Amino acid sequence: MKIFVPMDSAAKALGAEAVVAALRAAAPDAEIVRTGSRGMIWLEPLVEVEIDGVRHGFGPAEPSDAVGIVDGTSDKALGPVADLDWMRRQTRLTFARVGVIDPLSLADFEVHGGLAGLRRALGMTGQEIVDEVKASGLRGRGGAGFPTGIKWQTVHDTEAPKKYIICNADEGDSGTFADRMIMEGDPFTLIEGMAIAGIGVGATRGYVYLRSEYPDAIAVMCRAVELAREAGILGTDVLGSGQAFDMEIRKGAGAYVCGEETSLLNSLEGKRGVVRAKPPLPALEGFLGRPTIVNNVISLATVPVIFEKGAQNYAEFGLGRSRGTVTLQVAGNVARGGLFETAFGVTLGEVVIDLGGGTASGRPVKAVQVGGPLGAYMPVSKFDTPIGYEEFDRQGGLIGHAGMTVFDDTTDMLGMARFAMEFCAIESCGKCTPCRIGAVRGVETIDRIAEGDAAALPLLTDLCETMKDGSLCALGSFTPYPVLSAVTHFPDDFARLKEAAE
Amino acid sequence: MQSPNGTLTLEELGHLISEHRDAEGALLPILHAIQDACGCIPDAAHRLICDALNISEAELRGVISFYHDFREKPAGRHVLKVCRAEACQSVGGDAVVAALLDRLGLDWHGTTANGAVTVEPVYCLGLCACGPAAMVDGRVLGRVDAAKLDALLAEAGA
Repeated sequence: MKIFVPMDSAAKALGAEAVVAALRAAAPDAEIVRTGSRGMIWLEPLVEVEIDGVRHGFGPAEPSDAVGIVDGTSDKALGPVADLDWMRRQTRLTFARVGVIDPLSLADFEVHGGLAGLRRALGMTGQEIVDEVKASGLRGRGGAGFPTGIKWQTVHDTEAPKKYIICNADEGDSGTFADRMIMEGDPFTLIEGMAIAGIGVGATRGYVYLRSEYPDAIAVMCRAVELAREAGILGTDVLGSGQAFDMEIRKGAGAYVCGEETSLLNSLEGKRGVVRAKPPLPALEGFLGRPTIVNNVISLATVPVIFEKGAQNYAEFGLGRSRGTVTLQVAGNVARGGLFETAFGVTLGEVVIDLGGGTASGRPVKAVQVGGPLGAYMPVSKFDTPIGYEEFDRQGGLIGHAGMTVFDDTTDMLGMARFAMEFCAIESCGKCTPCRIGAVRGVETIDRIAEGDAAALPLLTDLCETMKDGSLCALGSFTPYPVLSAVTHFPDDFARLKEAAE
Repeated sequence: MQSPNGTLTLEELGHLISEHRDAEGALLPILHAIQDACGCIPDAAHRLICDALNISEAELRGVISFYHDFREKPAGRHVLKVCRAEACQSVGGDAVVAALLDRLGLDWHGTTANGAVTVEPVYCLGLCACGPAAMVDGRVLGRVDAAKLDALLAEAGA
């Protein structure tokens, strides 16, 4: 008997270890394989049992379900996992192996298409590799949406004694966990993507800057790098090609702003994680002043499938200038939360209502914050917005890392706006004044609004304009998105207390 | 995972530093290694780090104080991090936290009088579809409520 149980943090957080212990007791002879998560977090821990080569799901499993799962009488039976609505409706390219394979088995990885992309890339010139990424239309999945191939071209074209591939795994945005899930569920795909990037642009060294809040992801990635090195995927002779690429996992230290690429570079260099002015671009002068690719985890982890299946295949998915798939993370107060990979173009409403099933509390949805703490609060009236970079921009929002946090009608939007400013004040690196001082003044100004001071509202708008225009990085300049979207779409929450005062 | 009293000899500290000093951007790996061993960055280590990396005491203190993770004094025997970010707020995380702090008579970053538990805020553990989320000494917890926290605190001896 073969049983699969996720070792993803979300599954562990919901009791997967106790379920594994119970399963071992119930079926001492069964082979228990630990996997990543399929992304259906509301069903975690999701136990799968292989029956006639088909994996049947049971969830959300509790230790007391173990006997029933083993003898086939459990009332948590969901049927074949691949046939579940959430799975059937996805286009899983980047996440194809997550939840399926043992994350630390290179054999599993290769059986499911792993290393095919790297092998193909090793037969190409650097320019051909860069061209392939350009042709795929891949854009930075960390939030900014910059065309990945153009960044690679710049590094490729720059002569230097040493170049670097840096993976930004400082996934600090609330409502996002795709980076964590892929690092815990299919770490070799990220390693493969970084190796392709290194071979493509002539970089021999890579670092993953991984946030310290993800101890499980750190452990899996560190082990995966060791295994990849032992197997000759990393090192002085990548898969016998004579080309060198090696990499290392570096742990962050709890600063949100280090998800910004220039402050990440400073942090990696052992300095305060203060933002750098651009130019110079990191592609020209990045880590230790050398040409550096800084890409998000999902961007780099998507590279292997582009090389495995071809750029054209990838580019055929999507909408407008948003090509390929987006890894949506449905979070917060939602009935069915989790990770859902699909072509760009699905609407916000479909995701929240149709897939997510509305709120977990059963109350009406009030707002959905898209793109993390710096993303706008979208009201229900904007639910027909298709998920694409330009499409969200036109609606005054941003898709960011494609996390969407659902809030029900009990949410006080003034409180959420205040929190956005408070968070900015706590996490500001202090380099530029609009962010460092503006965020503190923002909290104070929102408190005045809460006390019924009508004059404070125009002041808040004005302050947000200054922060938007005057901040060096996205922390200061995007904090106005949640604040102003709350003011614009939920004016009652900002007027309510004034009326009470009158 | 962290030694509670956390005293290493200067020689041991020097050994830890020398393991990492040749890495590119060695300071954060050094600080993490020292904190993992000592539970904080003891003042005694400053001179050694500065000498090894040829940086000033001001630079070193600047880095230590910039990052939320690094401590100048050891925390309690267990560190409970509770998420304050938006996704956890949307499912009532604030109320859970307020009740917890109230029950322990602590503010954020406070340690119980018996030294058992330090409570700290964290901004996202990536458990946003199963919040409110928390982490105890690196062990993750989802859908946290008062009962789960009570059990946890009892286990930790708070």
